[in-house]
Amino acid sequence: MVMQGKPTAASIGDDELFFGHKACAGCGGSLAVRAALKVLGPQAVCALPAGCMSAVGFNFPQLCFANNAMITPFAATAAVLTGIEAGLRAQGKKPEDCTVVGFAGDGGTADIGLQALSGAIDRNDDILYICYDNEAYMNTGIQKSSLTPFGAKTTTTPAGHNAHGCLTQKKNLFEIVAAHGIPYAATASIGYLPDFMEKVQKAASIPGTKYIHVIAPCPTGWGCAVDETVELAKEIVDCGLWYLAEYEGPTQSGQPGGVFRLNKRPKAFSSVQDYLKRQGRFKALTEEELAMVEQGRDEQWERITSQWN
Amino acid sequence: MKQFLSGDEALAEGVRLARPQVISAYPITPQTVVVERLSEMVEEGELQAEYVHVESEHSALSCAMGASATGARTFTATSSQGLLYMAEVLTYAAGGRFPIVMMNANRATALPWNIYGDQRDSLALLDHGWIQAYAKDNQEALDLALMAYRIAEDPRVSTPFMINLDGFALTHTYETVDVPEQSQADAYLPPYTTSNRFDFGQPVNLGYSAGPEYNRYYKYEAHRALEATAAVIEEAEAQFTEVFGRPYSGMIEAYQAEDAEYILVTLGSISGLVAQVVDKLRAQGQAVGMVRVRYMRPFPAAQLAQALDSCRAFGVLEKDISFGAEGTLFTNVCSALYQGGVTAPGVNVIGGLGGDDITDGQIEAIFTELQQRAALSEAHQEVQEELPSVIFLGIEEPAVSADSARGEVH
Repeated sequence: MVMQGKPTAASIGDDELFFGHKACAGCGGSLAVRAALKVLGPQAVCALPAGCMSAVGFNFPQLCFANNAMITPFAATAAVLTGIEAGLRAQGKKPEDCTVVGFAGDGGTADIGLQALSGAIDRNDDILYICYDNEAYMNTGIQKSSLTPFGAKTTTTPAGHNAHGCLTQKKNLFEIVAAHGIPYAATASIGYLPDFMEKVQKAASIPGTKYIHVIAPCPTGWGCAVDETVELAKEIVDCGLWYLAEYEGPTQSGQPGGVFRLNKRPKAFSSVQDYLKRQGRFKALTEEELAMVEQGRDEQWERITSQWN
Repeated sequence: MKQFLSGDEALAEGVRLARPQVISAYPITPQTVVVERLSEMVEEGELQAEYVHVESEHSALSCAMGASATGARTFTATSSQGLLYMAEVLTYAAGGRFPIVMMNANRATALPWNIYGDQRDSLALLDHGWIQAYAKDNQEALDLALMAYRIAEDPRVSTPFMINLDGFALTHTYETVDVPEQSQADAYLPPYTTSNRFDFGQPVNLGYSAGPEYNRYYKYEAHRALEATAAVIEEAEAQFTEVFGRPYSGMIEAYQAEDAEYILVTLGSISGLVAQVVDKLRAQGQAVGMVRVRYMRPFPAAQLAQALDSCRAFGVLEKDISFGAEGTLFTNVCSALYQGGVTAPGVNVIGGLGGDDITDGQIEAIFTELQQRAALSEAHQEVQEELPSVIFLGIEEPAVSADSARGEVH
């Protein structure tokens, strides 16, 4: 059943529902899936598109989900979730504590899977969609997605003489999702695991479509040590390049247009430069470019702190 | 009860009688009437189903696959570009052995953009692991909906099923159709049960990766299941006749073919007109016949070789062309005849592209062409090889008529 009470180190169970997989050392994505399933319990039904977690977890005969689970076409995470939920309901076979949950990466969500996700939110299907965001197509060898941040070197945004990595800004998927009027959406980071798990728990209790966007660092693609995953996942929040927030749509909040809420307002940001410079992928950024990233952060925070609760 | 229905409507009635539990729907001409009627049936409570308004064909089939993975009976429908858009999901559904039933309204593929009927859409996807059946009329469309579930869900098969209806020629043309009673349909089609589904008592992982050391076993099993489908089709048709009183003839339908010297092989609704021409020419004493292919997958190779065994020449008339090669039905028929040791000369006639009319006069001309080719082949084996094996109806060069075709040879 879904975990009851506040998820803490003491309260989370020893039962593992995602184990024996082949993820890289220090994988943030697998930590997100593992923690989410500890909250959702064995009745959850999982669907995963092409991506790191399906590539490392679904290799016959080494099948790593203790839950009912299936692979989906790359673009179709949300559509398959819809079908699973509708199929169970149509047969009267959906257990009360069953969350139909998808785990898709940043490319599978913000690029190829965005249309299906939008469709599911439009229908308000009773599903939970979790995007584990490691900021590039890591499974295929670190190619740029629309959630790759400015300045990140990937294998398709090389840092050379003319360009210093990714030239575009990270797509604002949280607010794109919220603009649908979705009942519940949240951002999270595996660096703040209790916050993430509480959001998963909350999402499981809300009918309709739910979306959680969790930052999940990838040492292989980010160019950091394998024991820095959690630290970086904290630091991206602390330096203000990511934020912990929630959106409750009109049906949940009772407010037309819904309500945004910041869960954590750092009194002072830690250094953006320190965060970027400890990762190989940002090595080529000039002082000027580093300053641009910091300026972008400030503009973003000025906007959201003035508009959100 | 007799009703005056279009092909889309007849198909929708058949689907209603089959009691699908999840329907995913996305509109595309000329399939739209199917999903419109089904939405009305659900709204009126005639059909208890979850009706999902998906945002694309890719999601339509993905949604059906998710529902099928829970053990639900599922339906979706598409056409043309929509079928091509969902193409990658076809292989997922087939590989996952999910017995989804999908109607495809056969329609031309872009470019040039064209909404009218031909068969290039589904024939381009023969290799995706689905059963493919082609209706000749609206009654068969309805009946195939019931048979499709029975065949696809059989544990020996467990393979998705595509029912093809010629766009407009069937989908939008009205005919008298016998709509069976629900009690008859229930007697014929039991509720879907399967072990290929999620299980809360003992959770399973469905649809996963299998590397080189295992992959071949999955593909081999899928191939064997399609082969085994042939026998299941025969059983399903025999039982269909018992319950509904309408006979079906297996994966091919032979019409005046037994003693025919010249046989035209067809696919879909054009068979009605070809049969009329056969009747006319038979009345004139010509030994002509028709063999309609009802199933493209599994492909009735042995039945075709047997049916064409003693003909002097055969033609394959199809609304399809695999550019740079020949029509796909022709390729399949030729392979079947080669395997079966049939050496009669054959000609591939491409017509009806983008909804183009095929006339009775053109069909008569094809039979004339077959007679002349047989005579040429029997007299001068070397000349036969230089005649074009692919002829486009309505295109002057290369010419359709046997005379001008021979003219090129000289």
